[in-house]
Formats: sequence, C-alpha cells, structure tokens
Amino acid sequence: MDFQSFKPVAISAPTVSTSLDFKDRMGAVKMRLGFGRNHYRVEPGLYKVGKPDSQSDVLVSGNYKLSFDMLRKELSGLNLWILVIDTKGVNVWCAAGKGTFGTDNVVKSIKKVSLEHIVNHRNVILPQLSASGVAAHIVKEQTGFRGIFGPALARDIKAFISAGYKAMPEMRKMNFPMKERAKLIPNDFMYGKFQLLAILAGFFFFAGLDRSGFLFEKMLSTGLFPVLNIFCAYIAGIVLGPLFLTWIPFRPFAMKGAFWGVVSTIGLNLIIHVSAMEGIALGLVNVSVASFMCMNFTGSSTYTSLSGVQKEMKLAVPLQIAFVALGVILYILSKLV
Amino acid sequence: MQYLKNVVTLNLNPALCTGCGMCMVVCPRAVFQMRDKKAYILDKDDCMECGACALNCKHGALTVRSGVGCAAGILNGLLRGTEPSCDCSTSTKNCC
Repeated sequence: MDFQSFKPVAISAPTVSTSLDFKDRMGAVKMRLGFGRNHYRVEPGLYKVGKPDSQSDVLVSGNYKLSFDMLRKELSGLNLWILVIDTKGVNVWCAAGKGTFGTDNVVKSIKKVSLEHIVNHRNVILPQLSASGVAAHIVKEQTGFRGIFGPALARDIKAFISAGYKAMPEMRKMNFPMKERAKLIPNDFMYGKFQLLAILAGFFFFAGLDRSGFLFEKMLSTGLFPVLNIFCAYIAGIVLGPLFLTWIPFRPFAMKGAFWGVVSTIGLNLIIHVSAMEGIALGLVNVSVASFMCMNFTGSSTYTSLSGVQKEMKLAVPLQIAFVALGVILYILSKLV
Repeated sequence: MQYLKNVVTLNLNPALCTGCGMCMVVCPRAVFQMRDKKAYILDKDDCMECGACALNCKHGALTVRSGVGCAAGILNGLLRGTEPSCDCSTSTKNCC
C-alpha cells in the first residue's frame, strides 16, 4: 500500500517567508561571486506562502535557492502555493535549456504532490523562461493542469496575477541592462583563473630568457610587464566588454573583447616603455585573451543564439589560438635579440 | 540589442499557424506579432534560438534549431564530442 498517498501534503507543506534575512542576502552575494553554486538548493516539493487554500494559485519554480528567494520576496501579502521542482540547483532559464526544467519534470512533480487533491482549479503558473523546456499543452494532456506562462521576471508576478493572468509585453521581453550585466561579471572572473595563472607563470618565466641562457635577475626585473599586460587584458575582456557591451559597435562578442584588448595594450604601452617587438608580442596575446574572455560572456547574455555563437567562434577561436602562438614566439624572440 | 545578422534558424509556416498567440506569450525577445490573425516574425535577427516557441506551438508551425548561445557550452561540446551543452556539472566552470 502506498502510504505516501495518505500524507496530507496540504497541511504538512512548509510555509516560507516573503522576506529575505541576512543569511539569504549573504548567500546571494556568495552565489554572485561563484562560491558553492552547485550546492545552493531548496528541497523540491510543495510550499505555502501566507495561508493558501484550494482556490489559491500555484506557482512552479526551480530549486536554485537564489531563484527561489527572488520569487518569494515578491509574494508578500499573497496566499498561494509554490511547487518547487528539482532542477539540480540550476536557475529556471538554464534548467529549461538543459531540459531539467522540462515537461516531464513538471508533470512528474505535479503528480508527486497530488496537486489535484490540493487545489480545486486546474491551473499552474509557470515562469515564462521555462517555456524553452516546458510544452504547456503536453502538461495539460498528461496532468489536466493548464500551464499558464507567467511573466519573465518574478518582480512582475503580482501585476500579472492582479491583471487576471495577463502579462504586459514589457513583462515578456528580456532586457539586459548594464546593472544586470554587472551582476554577472564576478562569476565570470573565476572562469579562467587556472588558465590565466598558467599563462602568467609562463610569461614570467619567458621574461628571464636571454641569448646567454636564462637569467633569474632578468626574469625578476622584466617579468612583471607581461604579467600586468595579460592580467589587464583578462580584466578588460571580462569587465569592460560586458559592462560596455552596447557601446562597441561590432556585434560579435569576440570582436568587442579584442577591441578592449587593443585599448588595454595601448594604455599600458603609453605608461611603460618596452621594445616594439615586446609590445607587439604582448599586444597579440592581450587581444586574444580579452577576445576569448568576452566571447564567453555570450553564455551570460540574454540575446545570443547558438547559430550566431557558432558562427563567430568558427573564425574567432582559430585567430585567438594563432594570436597567442605568434605572441609567445615574438615575445621569446624579443628576449633573445 | 541584437546579435549577428542572418544566422538565425527560426522558421514560421503560416499555413499551419492558427493564430493562437502562444509564440507571442513565450518569446523572451518579442520576435512575434499578430497580423491578420496569424503570427508574424517582426525581425528574425532578434531571435536567440531558445526554442520556446517551437516547443509550445502545438500545431507545429514553428521550427528552430534551438540550443545554448554560449561559447563555453559550445567548447564543452567540441571537447567532449557532443552537442553544444551548458551542462558543466562535471567541469569546474560554474554554469549560467
């Protein structure tokens, strides 16, 4: 006998607060910095906000705690249910893209909590951004629940409900303002940290090369310049590229990054004077590093397509590799002449 | 904000469209509009190929080769010999 079916889920479902405490806020900061992101999760299942009853709305959400917190803090004064589905701690949009916030998971989760015994109506409100993983008409076929796509962002959920489950066009469109882009920068900073350290260490070592062999003193006295160059290019690609995304007219992200690589190279060479050969060598590496890092921001952006990224990578990646290779050779040569 | 021109694989077959408007609801890039009771693609270059419209068009009027517009994901796929995937659970890269 299935004892699970006797469990009064509606009574036992935990109630969540609609305000965030200090721990929630610190957690959000940690996530933005990229610490422990794979373990910031909410237990999947049914939750209460306020005092919901059989008439109350049901919101479906993923189990990344940052997403869950952003949703619940918008729900003050409302009485409703939140059905948290297991998206392996990944946010709604990405989970939908991967298929974990998908039709099957939503169907399974509705059945698991026996939603039909908890509410009398037959509607669930899905996040709009789950639509790339959830086919609402199939959810309806398999559970009887009609999936209504809510607004793209949790902050519009109250307006959506009070307008009779209608979203204004601006609630449906994802914009990508500078403030949002800035939030994503710290996490990207961590992306290539090991590769960055390897390149920095390599160039620091090359700085000691000499016609007479290897000079430790030369490494110490000239090795900081390439390190500074490449570090600045890394920052330029990760910070300036995304921050001023719309200011640079080129559309490919790799080009935007390359632009900032050139800018940082010129800036550094104006301050510190080195041989033309060394300057050009490091410039090539800078352009490549900044271009690669900015290209990676396509994954954070809200408007790049697979076809587009593939197209730009086809040209950009070989060039990035060629630039680094050429830069390394020229740099070593500049130390030997 | 628009990405590269003339690369998007989105396609609408007006003969199959019933004008239900679901594509307008799910599109996060405001690509669709209603004209003469049928969906109409305003500017294809706005599309990010997320696939929400095609998945939610129960009449099969929309097709798009959907996937992640993410360089790290495409590199992941290349290195593992799989489709572009932002499934980074096995690597150190924190995912989108």
